[in-house]
Amino acid sequence: MLAAGLNGSHLREGELQLQVQNVNLSFGGVNALLDVSLHAYQGQILAIIGPNGAGKTSLLNCISGLYHPQAGSILFHNGATADLTKLPPHAIARLGIARSFQNIELFRRMTVLDNLMLGCHVHMKTGVLENLVYWGRSQREEVEFRRHVEDIIDLLEIEAIRRKPVGALAYGLQKRVELGRALALRPALLLLDEPMAGMNAEEKEDMARFILDVNEEHGVSIVLIEHDMGVVMDISDRVVVLDFGAKIAEGAPAEVRADPAVISAYLGQER
Amino acid sequence: MALFLQLTLTGLTNGMLYALIALGIVLIFKSSDVINFAQGEFLLIGAYAMFWAVGQVGLPWPVGILITLAVAVLAGVLVERLVLRPLIGEPIISVIMVTIGLSSLIRAIISLFFGTASQPFPNFIPRTPVAFGPAVVPADRLWALGLAVALLALFILFFRRTNEGIAMRAVADDQQAALSMGISIQRVFAIAWAIAAVVAAIAGVLVANIVGVSGDVSRIGLRVFPVVILGGLDSIPGAIVGGVIIGLLETYSGGYLKPGLEQVVPFVALILILMVKPYGLFGQTRIERV
Repeated sequence: MLAAGLNGSHLREGELQLQVQNVNLSFGGVNALLDVSLHAYQGQILAIIGPNGAGKTSLLNCISGLYHPQAGSILFHNGATADLTKLPPHAIARLGIARSFQNIELFRRMTVLDNLMLGCHVHMKTGVLENLVYWGRSQREEVEFRRHVEDIIDLLEIEAIRRKPVGALAYGLQKRVELGRALALRPALLLLDEPMAGMNAEEKEDMARFILDVNEEHGVSIVLIEHDMGVVMDISDRVVVLDFGAKIAEGAPAEVRADPAVISAYLGQER
Repeated sequence: MALFLQLTLTGLTNGMLYALIALGIVLIFKSSDVINFAQGEFLLIGAYAMFWAVGQVGLPWPVGILITLAVAVLAGVLVERLVLRPLIGEPIISVIMVTIGLSSLIRAIISLFFGTASQPFPNFIPRTPVAFGPAVVPADRLWALGLAVALLALFILFFRRTNEGIAMRAVADDQQAALSMGISIQRVFAIAWAIAAVVAAIAGVLVANIVGVSGDVSRIGLRVFPVVILGGLDSIPGAIVGGVIIGLLETYSGGYLKPGLEQVVPFVALILILMVKPYGLFGQTRIERV
């Protein structure tokens, strides 16, 4: 059964939730991640920034289990502790880690509603025969998840498109639906890979508002990758900077902005 | 009129059996992009499992059916686990060649145990003729028709309603997204192969009841390819419509034009479809950007 709310974490605000420790990932001779360590805390927004090819998405893929790093560990605390580097992606999703993708990965032939209902998949307990009969527990479960999904639809203001097939929607709306599907999983930790890429100013503002709602009102911890520095500095609690696979800075947005190593990574060095 | 009714009923029966077998091919293609050329041999497994349990051991037929289903599930899951899974990431053409090899292997193993001679099937479905106005159809064909319709309806419900069915649709649509929703792709592939083997085994039992049990039962697997190409390789409604069209086309061409033509016409249709509408009636057109 599903408890109320969107936050699936059992931790208290500020407790250590995710520990990335000395993670190394290479593809052939290319080192995508070099000895990267970072911490994320319950209830915070952690932004990962860095120039193109810095290894941001690789790091997110390691956390969600799509890549397995050659060395290092990624510990996830939620009551019990699990090492994510040893788990397949679907098991990580079951631990309560949901994600969105840089290039939208929605079920294009299904409606918005079906996409969101699929997000609840890990919580569904009823069996094949019950579902075929659709009576009793199966029906109650469907109604309960439908209510949960309607809350998300309200939150993201996508009431008008619930029954539209996702493939027919505008790009900005698809991004919003993808956020909704990740929320439907009732995540303890939400990973967002460039949630605002390719959006216009207005769409970005909406998306930033939704992310803040999810974080502040519902208390969901978020790790996000974003290129728009204005947005990153506005919404994140802490920032980690990667360059060529290595972590070069970490701290509050204002500290990171003033860090000489960060400035040289983005702008190059004066000789 | 009598001839028309006769041909239509026979064609419908064949067509729904084709649809049932095609369902297995479509499922596997949808979820894993593999075309299973061993689908016909899954029919053999079903037919011989039933023949062994009821005809040779002498068990009552309900027990025989349970054994047949269990053998089919086991065969499907084993094929996926032992043959297909090690090939994940290999070129798709190698995987398809492996399914062709698999079909020879299954056929050889069965003839090792049961020989190659055609044997009488323990007809547990009565074959008494049933009159439909001027047309006469054996009862076992009607049973086959009814069972095929019921099973197809059940599977359509399965994909609409159950968590497993919806997970399979999700995997067919976008594997990465399905993974991040907590769906185990390996489990979905195993379910797809198990279902494919089960529908084929049931079709095998029904076919063997009509024509007797021999290696020829698997030939019907080849005749299903025009069906899936016509309907669209990735469409379940397409498998049903394609099955009925090809089934009727066979009996009409054999009955009205020239006996024997029914062997050829489906494959002529196959070539025509590939020329005119290569993705079939309901198949999804894939535009690949390189």
